[in-house]
Amino acid sequence: MLSGFDFQTIVHALPYLFLTGMSFTLTLTLCATIGGMIFGTLLAVMRLSDNRILSVIAGGYVNLLRSLPLVLVIFWFYFLVPFLAQWLTGSSSPVRIDPFWSSVITFTLFEACYFCEIVRSGIQSLPRGQTLAASALGMTDRQALFYVILPQALRNMLPLILTQTIILFQDTSLVYVLSITDFLGAAAKIAQRDGRLLEMYVFAAVVYFIISLIASQAVRRLQKRVAIIR
Amino acid sequence: MSMITLRDISKTYGDFQVLSHCSTWVSKGEVVVVCGPSGSGKSTLIKTINGLEPIDSGDIIVDGTTVSAPTTNLPLLRSRVGMVFQHFELFPHLNIRENLALAQVKVLKRSKDAAMEKGMALLDRVGLAAHAEKFPGQLSGGQQQRVAIARALAMDPIAMLFDEPTSALDPEMINEVLDVMVELARDGMTMMVVTHEMGFARKVANRVIFMDRGEIVEDADKDDFFGKPRSERAQQFLSKILVH
Repeated sequence: MLSGFDFQTIVHALPYLFLTGMSFTLTLTLCATIGGMIFGTLLAVMRLSDNRILSVIAGGYVNLLRSLPLVLVIFWFYFLVPFLAQWLTGSSSPVRIDPFWSSVITFTLFEACYFCEIVRSGIQSLPRGQTLAASALGMTDRQALFYVILPQALRNMLPLILTQTIILFQDTSLVYVLSITDFLGAAAKIAQRDGRLLEMYVFAAVVYFIISLIASQAVRRLQKRVAIIR
Repeated sequence: MSMITLRDISKTYGDFQVLSHCSTWVSKGEVVVVCGPSGSGKSTLIKTINGLEPIDSGDIIVDGTTVSAPTTNLPLLRSRVGMVFQHFELFPHLNIRENLALAQVKVLKRSKDAAMEKGMALLDRVGLAAHAEKFPGQLSGGQQQRVAIARALAMDPIAMLFDEPTSALDPEMINEVLDVMVELARDGMTMMVVTHEMGFARKVANRVIFMDRGEIVEDADKDDFFGKPRSERAQQFLSKILVH
């Protein structure tokens, strides 16, 4: 079967696959991780807040999004939000949202739920004495959160956060349903154009596998270091 | 002049009465030791003084401020009262120097340089200046507790509260912490100390409070307490811990 495997197709496609495709995938992963972490941390703090309204809103949001398939959220956001924005702004036609920003926002909103749960368990695993000590020194709840609780929670949870980022890196391939040229989308386009499905899909799988494997190994080494510091 | 006054403090957790009509005081420059069997409410009592434990009824007045009043700025009050915990509670993600500087900078708004300088002077005082760049996890329990005392002193507190400061320590480390506390008492610091260390109480306490089942059973001058405790429960308690 490999006798017909055309490596030349792959070699010719490399600039397009990486410069267009992979750079989009990595940019989206980076933006969604940063956005998801910020929003997810906010959700976690809301969920753990003494204010019942905040905690119910955050809890409801997290449970809702975690119960929906990611593809559905991507579709929903890409196709329905332009109409929602039209209705909200009173515009005469649906508000067009750039596919890149549409995906960044979708993934940020979706991944924030997972980051929220990671940060929440990070905060809950800290001894209560840390909060008491910060309070006893005269820190406000906000100061205790920013200078004592979150730095420790995020540091302890760093391996889990990075693991979630690797999952996110793989999940970004779903934007191909919007005909966006991410890495998988680029591979699919070449595959269709040149009729080289086997080559392109095998190559795409190998690239995802290698990047994810290297990243997981790096996380595992980091995990050991974090364990030592603690 | 009374620095800390507790008037008729009561507190319950559900059906369980943790504190029952507790009243006492600590004068300026006085050292008061609180002892009693475990579960007697002494740790809860000391935590009510800086508002870490809310109370159901009664009044706590610290340097003229009513702690339990709804308008009281609790962070401000706490920044003026030092507290040392059983498990040290140093911040593990910061080195020793940063542990001492954090609240000075964020709460008292001191400059970083001034906070570091103050911190180093206090580290020197507790004999740990050489460890300034280490992290809490690299120090022994006794060293961590001395850092915790220095961290509280860095805020220039008007009084210090100690919640079983030596209970989590290995026996050979207890004295290095007690020595720092004795020195502090001799410098005239107002102190309330929950502890089982009766040697410490004999050495520096002015008064001893004995608690049992959420009540202050005995509140006496040190010599009276050790010489002729009036209540039977205090006598039993003393006979148990002084035999060894």
